[in-house]
Formats: sequence, structure tokens, C-alpha cells
Amino acid sequence: MKILLMGNPNVGKSALFSRLTGTRIIASNYPGTTVEFTRGYLKLGEERAEVIDVPGTYTLEPTTKAEEVSVEMLKDGDVVIDVVDATNLERNLNLTLQLLERRVPVIVALNMWDDTRHRGINIDVAKLEELLGVPVVPTVAVTGQGIRELVDRLPEAVASQTTYSSSDERWAKVGSIVSQTQWLSHRHHTWCEVLEDVSNHPVGGAFIALLVLFATFWVIRFIGESIIGYVTDPLFGWLWTPLLMKLSLALGSGGFLHSILIGKLIGGEIDYFQSFGLLSTGLYIPFAAVLPYIVSFYLALGILEDIGYLPRLAVLMDTLMHRLGLHGYAIIPTILGLGCNVPAVMATRILESRRERFIAATLISIGVPCAALQAMIIGLVGQQGVQYVAMVYGSLFVSWVIIGFILNRAVRGFSPELLVEIPPYRLPPWRVTGEKLWLRMSGFIKEALPIVLGAVLVVNILYTLGVFDFIANIAAPIVSGLLGLPKETVVALVVGFLRKDVAVGMLAPLSLTAEQLVISSTVLAMLFPCVATFVILARELGGRDMLKATGVMIAAALIVGGLQNLIL
Amino acid sequence: MIMPEKRQLTLGQMKVGQTGTVVQVLSDLGFIGHRGSGFMRRHGPGFMRRHGPGFVQRLEALGIRPGKKVAKVSSTLFRGPVTLRVDNAEVAVGFGMANRIIVEVDTST
Repeated sequence: MKILLMGNPNVGKSALFSRLTGTRIIASNYPGTTVEFTRGYLKLGEERAEVIDVPGTYTLEPTTKAEEVSVEMLKDGDVVIDVVDATNLERNLNLTLQLLERRVPVIVALNMWDDTRHRGINIDVAKLEELLGVPVVPTVAVTGQGIRELVDRLPEAVASQTTYSSSDERWAKVGSIVSQTQWLSHRHHTWCEVLEDVSNHPVGGAFIALLVLFATFWVIRFIGESIIGYVTDPLFGWLWTPLLMKLSLALGSGGFLHSILIGKLIGGEIDYFQSFGLLSTGLYIPFAAVLPYIVSFYLALGILEDIGYLPRLAVLMDTLMHRLGLHGYAIIPTILGLGCNVPAVMATRILESRRERFIAATLISIGVPCAALQAMIIGLVGQQGVQYVAMVYGSLFVSWVIIGFILNRAVRGFSPELLVEIPPYRLPPWRVTGEKLWLRMSGFIKEALPIVLGAVLVVNILYTLGVFDFIANIAAPIVSGLLGLPKETVVALVVGFLRKDVAVGMLAPLSLTAEQLVISSTVLAMLFPCVATFVILARELGGRDMLKATGVMIAAALIVGGLQNLIL
Repeated sequence: MIMPEKRQLTLGQMKVGQTGTVVQVLSDLGFIGHRGSGFMRRHGPGFMRRHGPGFVQRLEALGIRPGKKVAKVSSTLFRGPVTLRVDNAEVAVGFGMANRIIVEVDTST
């Protein structure tokens, strides 16, 4: 049996999905969190039913790619759990009635039931059930309230197949249902709503945005540095290094196996940035250099997502984003890209046109460094001074703006206007926010660790075989002539295709000057996305547009790197 | 007693805090201007700020349709988006769209 979770965007389908199936997926407080369907399983008596979390949609006449996915899914569902935001009954019921016109049995989950009370909304559930002719169960997905009853009543779901001749007729029916089942009572202004009023004010909003961005940046740095300083560095320094040194002695302080596992000893010691063995740098990069920033970044992002701040940022950024051929909502994939470019490129599905998706995905690949890359840049370039890190970020940001401006002129078509629902501010449901952080952290380890280790291994083997010297000599004219870098940096740029963090790590032994580090980090960030992003780009944009995007990336990276070489 | 005066404004023209009833949402058709060739067609002002396909339907799906009570919640500088409240939801619409939503404003002063 296939159970579909359908409903308007941001009504809590993903939270309900996690509750029903025990499969954790990312749920946030903004419309468009889910852009692709996710499967999970639910035990129903003897049977194992498939539950599918479908991207949110306002109507069954889709207007974005994410909505197309939803309508497409409807064809092979056996039961639909229509998730309804109880605080926005009228608009949500419009979709419910559209679903009831189909052949599929429907049961309604009246979600966010806890929110109705303090908003002064009273709903007669029994009456609503009678009028709709399908079961209606009040639920609170983030706490689990009502989930049991929803599952128990699943077999009662029925198809009604009432059809309406026009959307006006349907709205009229919605209106009559709402007037019979819902009444409003007096309510108090909550402090969340006071905050909403301030951040909606043009000046207050800009002030809050600056405050939020500054605080976020500070929190990410503070937590990341604290984890490195108090947890991972001591762990590696006091526990791991002595063990590795023993192993090094046992291996005879040299030889093939030594260089693969431990790598080069620098002055008789292990240098986690430079040794480049599987057990030294191969473990240090993912666990000690990158993971702390993954934790701090995704903690901050998760809180911003769950409070409901991101759509408000989208409104503020709208005018700027239009200059780049996008609209404000494109800021959400862009911010996700600061964590990892893969989900970011996927998230461009919330944009309406193909043109916007192309521009957004290209800009993310060029100008938005992922958390792993940023952590390594902060770790390595930061040793030379904060101003050099600022130069890398500054170059990337300026390139992002200028390339967006050019793409807006060069790509045919127009950027549609912003049209988006702004969710209310909510306190993050801490358990859900914590689970989301855990999900992203373990996702990073599972996906990155094998590739990092693989890359370190391959790099070591290719070094021994002398392949890199060959590549370095071929590319020498561009790298040395145009970018002013020693020809060995080519190897790092090539490895960047596998993993950017490993690639930055490979710059460490080259004893580059601060300026050369700035140039090589910037070029590394812009030149190619990593192989995982490439695969997603090809899938989301198609082969031709992916090649176009790649062309833009290479050209941009060489121009910016060349300019930096001239200026610095 | 002061009679409530009824007047129609676009959502873009309304002041923040004003409420009213949606009378009409003008469709996209009038705005396809700049049919000229080349640069203006792609980059003219009509082009930069056009609405997506079927925006009347999209607004309707969001609950913004004739007869609905709306309140203007905020506007942004430089002809940026306008936020309105309809029932319990807040929706941000681009400035161009806001000027195609005609509202009969409640004024009881």
C-alpha cells in the first residue's frame, strides 16, 4: 500500500513523515523545504505500508518543478493523508477539495492543532468531518500528538469524488465549510508576533537582518573554534598522535606502507596538515578540521530555518537578487550552499523558471563555498592572517554579484517576481532541530569520509607513480603564467574535483606565500564544483546547461585568479 | 457620524497597516509590452519585473482572490516586495504584482 502525505507547503508534512515512519528527514519552518519525495515505511497490522513525503503544493495545477513532482505522485497513491494547517483552514481546504475530486481515498490530518488555541481559532472537528465526508484527526506532528489516532483511522479513509464545475464554485464550498466549522475568539499578541512586526518594517527589518547575520557568523565561528580548540585538537594531539608515532616506529619510519598510512614526517613529527597519510591527514581533515564547522554551521542554519527567518531574508534581498536574474527566494538555496552545494542545487527547484534554476545553480557552484571548503580555508589561510581569509570571501562575493549581473543580461528570458508565503515565527522545536543537526552531521561523515580517504589514497599512489609531475608540467603555463602559482598547485586543483577540503589540504606542503594561498583558494572554490555537485548539476540542469555552467565556472575562475595575481 | 468612505487602491498604493477587500486581480496580459526586438525586449523594464506564468491562479491558490479581506503588513525600499496578511497567513508579493491587486480600502476616519 502506498500512503501519500500531501498538503500546502510548510504545514508539517516532513515532521509528520518522521513521526509516522521513524525515518528522519529534514523538516524546517519555510515553504519549499522538501523538493523531492522521500519514502519510508509504516507497520499497519501485518502489512508494511509505504509512506511518501510529497513536496508541498497549493493546488493540483502545478506552478513550480517541486509542485509538478507532487501532482505526478498522486497517480500512484493508494491513500492520501492530506496534511492541513489548522490555522489556515480556508486556503488549505481548497487543496483538500481538489484532492477529494480525485479517485483516491483521503484522510485529513488537522496539523498544528496546538497553534490554533493561542491564535484564538476554534474548529468543530466533528462537524468538519461530517461536511468533508472523510476522517479528520487533529495532530501536532512535532510533539507526536494525534499520530496514533491518525494511524488507527487510516482504514476509514474514503474517496468522495465530488466535482466542482469551476474554482469559484470550489471556493464557495470552502467558504461555507469554514463558516460552519470555525469561529474566532479574542486573542493576545504573542511576543513572536511583535518580533514579526519589527522585522517587517523596512528599516527595522534591515537592522534585524544585519544583527542576525552578524550573530550567526559569530556563533558559527565561536562554536567551530571551541570544538576544534577544546575537543578535536586535544583528542588528536594527546591520543592519536602518540598512537600514530608508535605505528610509525613499527613501520620503520618510512617505506611504501608508511607513506600511505602515515605519510611524510615533518621534522620527525606528524603534521596533520602536511603529512598526508590515510591515518593522519585523511582522518584529521574530516573529523578535526571540517566536522566542527559542519556542526556549528548546521546548528545555526537549523535554528534560523526553524524560527522561520529565511523567507523574511528573501523578501529583504529581493531587489538585489533581481539584479542577478533571480528573485529573493533564491537566497535560500544560496544559504544552503554554504553548507553543501549538493542540497543547494536540488533546492533551486523552488524557483519557477528554468532560467532562474540555471543562474542560481551556476552562481552557487561558482561563488558559494561549502562548509568543508570554508573550514579548510579558515584553517589554512587563517594562519596567515584574517585579512587573507577576508580577501578570499570578498573575491567570491564580488564574483558572485558580477557573474549574476552578467548572466541576467546574457541568458534569455526574465526573472519572475517573488510570490511566497511568509511563515510565522516559531520557537524551534528543539528535539526536531537537534535531530536535523544529527542527520546532517552523520550525513556528512557517511558521504565525505570514504571520499576523503579515497582521495588521500589515490593522491599518494599517483604521487609515487609520478603521474602528478606529468599533469603539473602540462598545466604549468596557465598556472604559473596566469595565476602566478607554482606548478604543483595544479595537483590540488585537480583533486578539488574529488573533495575541496582535501584539495586545500594539499596546498599546505607547498609553502605558498599568503597571496598565493588567497589565489589558489579562490580559484579552487570557483573552478569546478566537486564531483557530487557535478552529478546533481547534470541531473537538475541537463547535460547541455551543465556544460554551459562549467564553461562559465572555468572562465570566471581563471579571470578572477588572474586579476588577483595582478593586484596582489 | 462619519460615513465610511470607500475607495479603490492597488495593494502597492495602500499604506502599511491599512485593510481592505480585494476587488480584482488584473491578469498578466497588459504587461507583455516591449515587444521590440533585441536589447529592450530582453532587458527593458517590463521584462525585468514580470510575473511568472498564471500569477492570478497562483495568487488564488494562496487565498488572495476577489472578496477576501487583506491587510498590508509591510513594504520594502526600492520597489521591493509587499507583504500582506490574508486570514492567518502572510504572503510576500513582488511590487509589480502588488500593483495588479486592486483593493477596496476600509477607511473609517
